[in-house]
Amino acid sequence: MKKDHVFLMMVLPAFILFFIFHTYPALQGIFYSFTNFRGYGDWDFVGFINYFNVFQDGRALSAYGFTFQFAIVATLLVNMLSLFIAIGLNAKIKFRKTLRAMYFLPFILSVLIVSFIFQFMFTHMLPQLGQALDIDFLSRNILGNQNLAWIGVVIVAVWQSTAFNTLLYLAGLSTVDDQVYEAADIDGAGSWAKFWRLTFPLIAPFFTINMVVAMKNFLMAFDQIIGLTGGGPGRATESIALLIYRGGFEGGQFAYQSANAVIYFIVIVAISVIQLRILERKEVKG
Amino acid sequence: MSSKVNWKATILLILGTVFILFPLYLTITIAFKTPQEMTGNLLALPETWTFDNFFRAIEVTNFFNALGNSVFVTVFTVAIVVLTHSMVAYAIARNMHKKFYKFLYFYFISAMFIPFPIIMLPLVLQTSAWGMDNLVGLGFLNGVMHLAFNVFIYVGYVKTLPVELEEAAHIDGAGTWKVFWKIIFPMMMPMHATVAILTALAAWNDFMLPLVILSDSSMYTLPLVQYAFQGQFSTDYNLAFASYLMAMLPMIVLYIFVQKWIIGGVMRGSLK
Repeated sequence: MKKDHVFLMMVLPAFILFFIFHTYPALQGIFYSFTNFRGYGDWDFVGFINYFNVFQDGRALSAYGFTFQFAIVATLLVNMLSLFIAIGLNAKIKFRKTLRAMYFLPFILSVLIVSFIFQFMFTHMLPQLGQALDIDFLSRNILGNQNLAWIGVVIVAVWQSTAFNTLLYLAGLSTVDDQVYEAADIDGAGSWAKFWRLTFPLIAPFFTINMVVAMKNFLMAFDQIIGLTGGGPGRATESIALLIYRGGFEGGQFAYQSANAVIYFIVIVAISVIQLRILERKEVKG
Repeated sequence: MSSKVNWKATILLILGTVFILFPLYLTITIAFKTPQEMTGNLLALPETWTFDNFFRAIEVTNFFNALGNSVFVTVFTVAIVVLTHSMVAYAIARNMHKKFYKFLYFYFISAMFIPFPIIMLPLVLQTSAWGMDNLVGLGFLNGVMHLAFNVFIYVGYVKTLPVELEEAAHIDGAGTWKVFWKIIFPMMMPMHATVAILTALAAWNDFMLPLVILSDSSMYTLPLVQYAFQGQFSTDYNLAFASYLMAMLPMIVLYIFVQKWIIGGVMRGSLK
């Protein structure tokens, strides 16, 4: 057989499967977003009505509001914390391998199950502790509070996602040559100056990737919400993914939520592109 | 450069592990406690370590069935992914100068930015109409969902492999198939490890895809079972935590044994 044909045979099955189970459903989703399909039965074209409705839907707007608030705060916290931990783990410390293994442990656990465990901690353990120590803000369940529940979701996301980001930063730090620091030591640079002037610019590409990937993952939050709050109290912590799931499967809003999903997709791509632009410009300057 | 141990960082990091280990401590102790002990201090160790909760959880949730389902999906997914994605990536990496393969590369990796909810609703109708709402279907869909990321890191790796070896094999009369399976596939071993680890973790812990795809509760994987029993678990935390612990234990045990390998694999993937 000709060489070119063999290469073609290697990619065609994957190409076909990918098209059928990824591209085709995506195209169908876009198609149905212009109809009034409920997931079954007859349907008609309705033009852009679904799209207009999403922008006037209080439930959808509040889902976008919550998801953005959660994703931005969680992304910033995770990146600060994991960069800090990675620098610590990269220093000349004792028990380095054991500590590294400990800090990476949350990554291997199921997000859903971890969220169930934290849900118990927020509802039973922390209030008990707060009452025993007479600390007012701990003695109530934050997941039951409309205004505070999102903080619980952030805490779980940070607890779990810091592990993976720490490892990525650690990989980045391992590419930095020790000689760079030796030169800085001779110049008498302090450790703060060393970090901002030497280390950070060298690992800037890792910072960019981490920010973009973390943001994208948090914008898609689903498991954490199911495990912690189920979107409540009320709809205070209903994420976009959860809204599409609920409305699409339980609410008979197949077409409407498809339009929402298309908007969601555009938002995610736009944010990723903007982030890449801004952060890459900083990389060049730094 | 001083080779002094940085004790300040060591101590801070050791203190920090409290935050990581605490939820696990809580899970383990509650799983071994009796319901009567739940009214006392939640942080205390169990008075007597009882396995009753585990036996109850195994029975109530049909644990071994769910374990079997999770193991099946994970192993099936990893097998598909390692065998086919490496092949696709090889063909693309060696033909990047051709328009079609270049298009294919960007077509595949662009899927990394497509949120699952946009394909979710039509995909569920499609898979149930085609009788794919089962564990085998889930394995195939996992293969599709992981394609973007895996092709990305496999292609990065294949590009670093020297072409000379393949050319020499071609001169000796070996066909492209043979070259791939006999020479390239074994040379991709470090990347296979990375891909297998990341895919296995994702497939094992996945919740959303099995939730929408699997129609029959006898096919539920471990995370799905924890979700399905929430009604019962919220009134019986000892049962719940025993069940959670058993669902997480296989990965934790695996991690303890091959932790160096897992961390190394993920770091290698991130440098690509």
